[in-house]
Formats: sequence, C-alpha cells, structure tokens
Amino acid sequence: MALLDVNKLSIHFGGVKAVQEVSFSIDAGIVYAVIGPNGAGKTTLFNLITGVYKPTSGEIRLDGESIGGKSPNELATRGVARTFQNLQICMNMSAIENVMVGAHLRLDRNLLKAALRLPTLTRRDAEMRVEAAELMRFVGLEKYIEARADAMPYGALKRLEIARALAMKPRLIFLDEPAAGLNPKETIEVDELIRKVADSGITVVLVEHDMKMVMNLSDRILVLDYGKKLAEGTGEEVRRNPDVIAAYLGAHA
Amino acid sequence: MQKRAYFGLYIVIAVLAVLPLVVPNSFYLDLAIRMAINAVIVLGLNLLIGFAGQISLGHAGFLGIGAYASAVLPTHFGWHPLLAMGAGAAITGLLAAVLARPIFKLKGQYLAMATLGLGIIINIAIRNEAAWTGGPDGMPVPAMGLMGFELTSDKHWYWVVALMLSVSVWASINLIDSPFGRALRALHGSEVASQVVGVDVVRYKVAIFVMSAVFASLMGSITAHYVGFVTPNLADFFHSIELVTMVVIGGMASVYGSLIGAVLLTALPQALATFEGWETVAFGAILMVCMIFMPKGLVPTLAAKFGKGD
Repeated sequence: MALLDVNKLSIHFGGVKAVQEVSFSIDAGIVYAVIGPNGAGKTTLFNLITGVYKPTSGEIRLDGESIGGKSPNELATRGVARTFQNLQICMNMSAIENVMVGAHLRLDRNLLKAALRLPTLTRRDAEMRVEAAELMRFVGLEKYIEARADAMPYGALKRLEIARALAMKPRLIFLDEPAAGLNPKETIEVDELIRKVADSGITVVLVEHDMKMVMNLSDRILVLDYGKKLAEGTGEEVRRNPDVIAAYLGAHA
Repeated sequence: MQKRAYFGLYIVIAVLAVLPLVVPNSFYLDLAIRMAINAVIVLGLNLLIGFAGQISLGHAGFLGIGAYASAVLPTHFGWHPLLAMGAGAAITGLLAAVLARPIFKLKGQYLAMATLGLGIIINIAIRNEAAWTGGPDGMPVPAMGLMGFELTSDKHWYWVVALMLSVSVWASINLIDSPFGRALRALHGSEVASQVVGVDVVRYKVAIFVMSAVFASLMGSITAHYVGFVTPNLADFFHSIELVTMVVIGGMASVYGSLIGAVLLTALPQALATFEGWETVAFGAILMVCMIFMPKGLVPTLAAKFGKGD
C-alpha cells in the first residue's frame, strides 16, 4: 500500500478552482516531485495535504487513514513535516531554538514542570539541544549553531527550515521550493542534502522549479497545470509527454 | 542566555533584600510594594503579549475579580481570606478558560476589541452590583491573616510581595526556556510554522491567557488586602491600558523589561507630582519620547546597545 494516497482532491477559492480532481499516490521511501508552471497549484496542493487548507472535496489517505481536513498539528503527530516556499522562521528565536521547536511533540510540554524547572524536563531539553546542534551540522549549518535566526542569510535559513522539519523525526517531508533563490553552488548543496534526507529513510515530496534538480533527485514526478494533473510518471516518461511539452513550451508550438 | 537570565534574578533578589534597609520612610516602602505588585502582573502579561504575541486590553478586569473576591467573600460570607483569594483565582481561571476559546479565534485588532469588551463587562458588573460590591464607592477589605497572625504592617506586606516577585521571575525564566515556552515564542514568530511542527496554537494561547489572568487575579487579591479598600477603578479600562503600557515601555518579550516597566510607570506619577496640573501631559510626553526612540522598549534597546542581548 502507498504511504500517501490522494484521490480526486479539489479546492475552490470562490470561483477559482486552484486544485481540481487531482489523484496520485506516493510509495514509502521515494523522492516524489511536483512540478508545473507558476500558478499551477503546487503550493496549494502542499497546503491541502499538510492541513493548512481544508479541501473542498476529495480524499487524502496517509497509511490508509483519512487525513483530509485535519489540522497541521494533528498531521504533525502522524509524522508529516514540511518547509515553506516563503520562509517561515521564528525570527524572535535563536537558530538552534528554531530547530528545537521542531521536536515539540517529542518533548515534555507541561507548563507546571517547566515553570518549576524539574530536572527530568531540563535534562531532556539539554539532550535535545545537543541533538539539534547535530541536525544543524547535518544540514550544513555548523557555522550558525550559536547564531540568532534574524542574523542568518537567506540560503542558511532555507536549510534551517529543513533542520527544523527533521527534528520532528518525520516519515514524510514536504519541501516547498528548497532551492528557490539559491545560487548554483547552494543549489547543488541542497540537492545533496535532500539526497541524504531520502537516504535516511524519509519519504520526500518536493516542489521545485529547478528541472536539473528535479530530474536528478526524483523517482516519480507529478505535473500540474491550471490546478489539474497533466501527467505523472518517472522523469523519462514525463519528459516525453506531449502535454507536458506543450504546457512548458506553449500550446501553440 | 540562561546563565545571564539567572544572574539577573540574583540581582533582583539582592535589590529586594536590601531595599527595606535603605528606604528613608514608609512612603517609599509603600511605593516599593506597589511596584512589586505591578511587576508580577506585568510579568504575566508580558508572557502573553511579548512572548506569545497575543494582546489583552482587559487584564484589569481579572485583577478586579481577584480583588473583589477577597473583599466580598470574607465580608458577606465569612470566608477565610486565603480561601477567598484562591476562589478568586479559580473563578478568574475558569472564566478566562471558557472565554479564551472563542476569543483566540480572533487576531490583531479583533482580539484587542474582544478582550477590551471582556474587561469592560467585568468592570460594569462590579459597579452595578452595589449590594455586594458597594458600587462605584467601593468597599473595605478585611485584613489578611495566617494562623492567628495578621498581615498589617507594610514591612510584612513587603516581604510577602518580594517573595512573590522573586518566585515569579524565576518561574518566568524557567518557562521561557522550556518546550512550552519555545512553543509560545514560536507561535508568535510564525503561527503556521509552529502548527506544522505540532503546536496546537489555540491551546497554547488559551493556557498562557489563563495563566496571566490568574497572576492578575492573585495580585488583585493582594492589592485589596494590602490597601484595605477596593474601588471599581482597579478594574477599569485605564488600568488595563496602564498595564499594557508597562509591558511595552519596559520591553516586549523581556522578563527584566517587565520589572523596569512596572517600576518606572509606578514611580513616574509620583516623580511628576511637582509639575502641578501638568503631570499627565509630562507623563504622556515621556511615553511618546520613549516609544519614538526606543520602540522595542527600554531593556531590549539598552541590551542591544551594550551588546549583551536578552
């Protein structure tokens, strides 16, 4: 059975049908890419699956359990992590604290124990800090372990989001344009990082415009256009699909 | 960050310990007590406003519930003052918890309006239930006693409040640097990011709202017993605004900013008394200048200036 099963998923904003009857499924352990021209509904699809938007109709199943309409924090308990196209970093916190927030569900969140500074809680917190530093090294942020989030450059913040998502120990991670705004060198580094994440056994779903990266990394690709599924398959299948060629090069070609 | 935060706590304790030995007369001791009471309330409010990023313009209402519970229950029903104080806190906590669910679906200005309305309703209820509360004239409050020992002198009150303040500062520092505290700050920094890592944002907003309301209620009870008399002014809109101003002037999301804000704004009206008739103008002017030149509040601005961070 597939890890994620999406069946005839749609969302309408007033008259705008941002995603229309999109169906696909993702097997555990693969890298799955969602591509399409600007405005095709890629990020909206991410927002639907990760619970930020509620679908108008259709079904989303994670491991057979229906998760459509569940809130993001409920999905987090089921091992779904994500990053954002436009950064969502907590600038009021340090870099490592941003990563530690990612481990929210793995820590003791009791208010009273925290206020009284009980040793069990602080010990676990200290361990988490070490683990968070380890994660920052894993994503290549060893330089910024002591840094404040608002003092970090854009490219580093993109990785910080990935580190935060990994701190959840997710089964499934959604990366929304992880290479957007990065220079070619940084793009290659993020490419390698995603490969490492996938190799660690986490299923990766990726929205990306950088075709080289997509073709390089993905086991399967979903192509969206005007909110509809245009094609789905391996990189080679998608590349040869006439509809995809038309959408990317113009329908009049 | 942690070590420095606890260092600040030692300074606070040292100042609190030495203060009664150096104050020249009872006027200053009274001022110190009122500063400390305000500091505890402002600390709680800063957890809500500065750390969690949620506004409340009705906190004086909660203060009023605590104060009037301590006045009404012992006077009319013969309750023990400590029991009355606990009951006030429980009522406040319950009211805050029940109302917070719908209120915290709102954001920004709408949240401000809802909390403002809540505070005003509490104030009106206190003013209108004259048979119980004495209405606009207020009512006397029986003395607080502990096992036959009555808290009457300012010295006694000072030590009670100083202890409460020290414990509050310690607990606040602990809380901020815990998974709970990080979740609060994260939902302030990016609500959607905190949600996707599993923070149930409404639950956290409600929890910190209830906690800060209970802080206010407890200190309302303390104020009532200390002053020995309560009036509805304690629970009015202007007092809510005054508390928020203390948070903002001292510094949002700063524990020690809360203390400085409370100390300064409690002292300022006294210091400006010499301006005779112009003191409110001077008060307003000082607040404006502070906000123009130090929009982040006193402590964060100064901390950044001297390269220490908070």
